[in-house]
Amino acid sequence: MDNNNNDKKKSRREFLRDALRGASLMAIGGVIGLGLYRGKNATYAWQIDPYRCSTCGKCETACVLEESAVKCVHSYDVCGYCKICFGFFEPQPNAINEGAENQICPMGAIKRNYVEDPYYEYTIDESLCIGCAKCVKTCNGFGNGSLHMQVRHDRCVNCNQCAIALVCPSDAFKKVPVNSPYLYKKGDKA
Amino acid sequence: MRINFLITIFAGLLILSFSMNAFTIERFPPPQFEGEYVRPEHANPMPRAGAWPLIDSALLLSALGLASWLIHKKRSRKSIFILMVFSLAYFGFYRKGCVCSIGALQDISVFLFNADYTIPMLTIFFFIAPLVVTLLFGRSFCAAVCPLGAVQDITLIKPVKVPAWLEHTLRYLAYVYLALAVWLAVMGSSFIICKYDPYVAIFRRNANMNILIMGGILLVIGFFIGRPYCRFLCPYGVILRQLSRLSRWRVKITPTDCNQCTLCEDACPYGAIQAPVPSYPEATYKKDKKRLIILLILLPFVLSIGAYTGSRLAPMAAYTHPAVSLAEQIWMEENRDGVDSTDASVFFRASGETITSLYEHAEKIRKGFKRGGYYFGGFLALVLMGKLILLSLRKKQADYEAERAGCVSCGRCFKYCPKEQESRMLKIQEKGGVSL
Repeated sequence: MDNNNNDKKKSRREFLRDALRGASLMAIGGVIGLGLYRGKNATYAWQIDPYRCSTCGKCETACVLEESAVKCVHSYDVCGYCKICFGFFEPQPNAINEGAENQICPMGAIKRNYVEDPYYEYTIDESLCIGCAKCVKTCNGFGNGSLHMQVRHDRCVNCNQCAIALVCPSDAFKKVPVNSPYLYKKGDKA
Repeated sequence: MRINFLITIFAGLLILSFSMNAFTIERFPPPQFEGEYVRPEHANPMPRAGAWPLIDSALLLSALGLASWLIHKKRSRKSIFILMVFSLAYFGFYRKGCVCSIGALQDISVFLFNADYTIPMLTIFFFIAPLVVTLLFGRSFCAAVCPLGAVQDITLIKPVKVPAWLEHTLRYLAYVYLALAVWLAVMGSSFIICKYDPYVAIFRRNANMNILIMGGILLVIGFFIGRPYCRFLCPYGVILRQLSRLSRWRVKITPTDCNQCTLCEDACPYGAIQAPVPSYPEATYKKDKKRLIILLILLPFVLSIGAYTGSRLAPMAAYTHPAVSLAEQIWMEENRDGVDSTDASVFFRASGETITSLYEHAEKIRKGFKRGGYYFGGFLALVLMGKLILLSLRKKQADYEAERAGCVSCGRCFKYCPKEQESRMLKIQEKGGVSL
């Protein structure tokens, strides 16, 4: 823009504007520099600390996704492989078998397979799991706590403010590095 | 009788579980298998990351560039509208409104105040790129890139003029929102801009009742009052508004010279077109000068009153922090009768942490809030005084012009200018399309 007009007032205004614009650009550059210096391009993802989870069941309904990004996972090295599993059976089952009326999971997402006497393996079909934490509650309460909740990152849209973290009563949601976004329970021997 | 046995175990363990922390107990030792059974590994589904941040940044940058070109060179409302629809589809519906520049504001403020907090480059980029573009070309971001702006711009059916005094008063809300959002984010309470995003319910087609009601009300208001969120609430808009005052190039209503035909006067649904300002009459000049001096003298007093008020508001704001509200809850349970426990307090008691350490932690956070409160109140007082001071400054202006700060570069006014119509006709004639 040409500044060669004689209007002194106007040129002063233009000068001020240019100076402030330069200062703003420098401040913006400063933020980028700080980001490069401190961040090392760190990207974070939300995850549940299984040792802080209170199994309140809000993960099922509070997620912004229609089907929650939180699913139940199974840490096999913590599991006791019980024949009578507290995370699988209703508290007062009619019979000890895989009948739907005996299961605690409303979706029938837990599969029970015979391994060797007296052990049974329990696997979770995540396509069925709705993240209600009913099995986690009883497994934590009466069993080893090998069933626990985790945010599944193929589903999570990584909201800036996780909607579940806002309502989590036990402050169990954490930001973890995106390269290792899982906090699984580990057994004593592991 | 196996079942009776099971019930007995359940009852026994139920009593047991009330009395101890139930999270690290191996009640049933994991077995050593004799057969060939191997414990399955964890499936670790990873985020979609990869190229997505790059694609997002590239799209943001090209949308910003294209918007600026359409506004300043092509001067076509229709093209701006098409770009707006694209931004709404991609940044709104496909990316579900996250990451967005408005929310990134909170990450940046936490990042600046907290040395332990790191944020992805994508977030920094989403915050910075619109600022730089605004310093060069004005609010191209608001015009056609921001999905929230696009929702409001597209749903504006019958614009109603807001009287100037009301417009200026309501704009103050955005500053309050900005200051509050930064305050709460830096203190670690929550990200209120994301929490109360009114249009995110539309993008995700899913929200709780409060957001749905708020979003619905704003949407209906937006049918008649153009861009109510952008003008009166958007905290990022506040920053863009100020930077836009410094922009290198500005939106011009007319492609050549204004001949003061007044045809564009009512073109702007956002009240951003300024009528010409004649030079100062002597009497008003003296009055305004006197007012300016009084305001400048009052400035330090108003600032300190603001800061004091801010610090008095701190306890209320601190209550939004989960640790503080938990401490209050525990205190009530300890000292008052008939207070029901909450999920959070039950969990806290089971976790084995001591109440004194919780109280100390909460006290520390309260102090932080109080310190922040001084800045919060001081900033809002400064904005108020700045607004009053600007009212007593007057800049001579010969033509009808788009107000630097308020104009969102939507391009509606272009076609109202007869000079624009003239130049469009000439262009068509040059191409040999229509002969007059």
